[in-house]
Amino acid sequence: MAVKRKPRIHLILLYLVLVFGSAVYLLPLVWMIRSALMDASQIFIVPPVWIPDPIRFGNFSKALGTLPFDRYFVNTMIIVIGNVTGAVLTSAICGYSFARLRWPGRDFFFALLMSGMMLPYAVTLIPTFLGWRTVVGPNTYLPLIVPAWFGGGAFNIFLVRQFMRTIPKSMDEAALVDGAGYFQIFRYVIFPLSRSVVIVVALFQFMAVWNDFLGPLIYVNKESMYTLALGLQQFIGYYTAQWELLMAAATMIVIPPIVLFAVGQNYFVRGIVMSGLKG
Amino acid sequence: MRQVAASGVRKGFRIGKETVYGYVMAAPAILGFFIFTLGPLIASLILSFTDYSITNDFRFIGVSNYKRLFSGEDSFFYKALSVTFYYVALAVPISLTAAFIMAMLLKNNVKGRAFFRSVFYLPSVVPVVATSTIFIWLLNPDIGLLNQILRFLHLPTSMWIYDEKTVIPTMAFMTVWTTGGTMLIFLAGLESIPEQYYEAVEIDGGRLWHKLTAVTLPMMTPTIFFNLIMGIITGFQSFSEAYIMTEGGPNNASLFYVLYLYREAFTHLRMGAACAIAWVLFVIIMILSALIFRSSRTWVYYEGDK
Repeated sequence: MAVKRKPRIHLILLYLVLVFGSAVYLLPLVWMIRSALMDASQIFIVPPVWIPDPIRFGNFSKALGTLPFDRYFVNTMIIVIGNVTGAVLTSAICGYSFARLRWPGRDFFFALLMSGMMLPYAVTLIPTFLGWRTVVGPNTYLPLIVPAWFGGGAFNIFLVRQFMRTIPKSMDEAALVDGAGYFQIFRYVIFPLSRSVVIVVALFQFMAVWNDFLGPLIYVNKESMYTLALGLQQFIGYYTAQWELLMAAATMIVIPPIVLFAVGQNYFVRGIVMSGLKG
Repeated sequence: MRQVAASGVRKGFRIGKETVYGYVMAAPAILGFFIFTLGPLIASLILSFTDYSITNDFRFIGVSNYKRLFSGEDSFFYKALSVTFYYVALAVPISLTAAFIMAMLLKNNVKGRAFFRSVFYLPSVVPVVATSTIFIWLLNPDIGLLNQILRFLHLPTSMWIYDEKTVIPTMAFMTVWTTGGTMLIFLAGLESIPEQYYEAVEIDGGRLWHKLTAVTLPMMTPTIFFNLIMGIITGFQSFSEAYIMTEGGPNNASLFYVLYLYREAFTHLRMGAACAIAWVLFVIIMILSALIFRSSRTWVYYEGDK
């Protein structure tokens, strides 16, 4: 790659802007962690203290003591595991069918699925809620898990299909000649080759479920069944004045997605870039 | 001979089998579309002509729900509409511009590019409940960090989300923090612009500004178009931030449309009316998208159709 020579002053300016911008972007998170580790008496000092002294790790256990966040964590993980498993498996199977099998109506159905993505969720929200209420009643996680087993959403199918289309057709043909069936080709050839897009789907889906607020808000109203997101929202109502506890609770919710992002950055970037390419 | 016959049979068999497998393996998605998208969509339209409210059996009441909305009998409807339009009109341009600028900064192969990219994207993985909690704290008028910084710089402070006038602009500016996904899509678009185009401008003696207006912006119009549509669709459906941070206040100044819908449905249990509210939103989004699609012919540049 040819490196263009740039005037030095431009480069310095660019870095200044980038460093300043990064600082601004990190500030809210830094401030959250700083407040989460701070003694209640220090938190209100003007001008603000940046480094907590003493560092109060106790805020975390205190936050855990006021609301059962461990319970909420388990609840959230039940939904996450049920939902992500379904989304990964079925989006791969459906994506395979749309990407590599030829059947009448395929492109029509694919277009139909994609058009569903443009549909505002608000329009289907109420009948879906009423339907679940009639079929399974209130306070189950089924409405938050089961839909993921139906292809995992149009967006995930799209990602999988785009990826699987890039795998050379000769792969399937070789397997067919060897007498493999279509499901076997999927299971032993295409699925293993699609590892990277499967990871993208799993990561996106994890984030979506972990971060989901409206879903649990509508379908869960028993406190013992709350997710972390709902629990934190409750916490805001109860403890508006105890910022160090609120921030400790927020920190606990923020850490898992950030860790996952740090580990799987490249997959995220790839997935988002793919989503924009259809435009 | 045997081979030919066998392959002929095999081929006929294979086509049938492929079709069967095709349908069976796509079945979850197709069924899901009917059960969770098309079915509810139609049900929602039907319910919008009823007075269903969970506690009663429903009656068909014609267009009464819609009449009630547009006649202004329910004053929250127009309030929610104007709040949401105002929010979208601010948030979409602001977050798109911010994302575009960040992408432009990162486009050049600066050292530490991956690091900066991650930093700008990082807030987008933070759960909305946590984002809201953090911002309630940062925006606290008395002891929040933002006002403290402003006081330190001897600048005027603000009530942020606690004042009718500033709540929507404040929430619109918050979207700058979570615009990382849009930035990544812009960045991918920028990187797909062939370097020769810039070189051509350079040869003609063009400067940075010419590169931007003659190459970058025209080449980026498809990406801008995509992000614009997606931004509008998400913007109109904002809910959680307002629900968590302001509950629609102060004095309904942040009564986002979906928050209004949520109240009708889940506080007042007026399901029929809420479906009418949802369908109005659906139609608004469709009309806006159609307008943008139509206008795109004049401003979106697609390579290949000259």
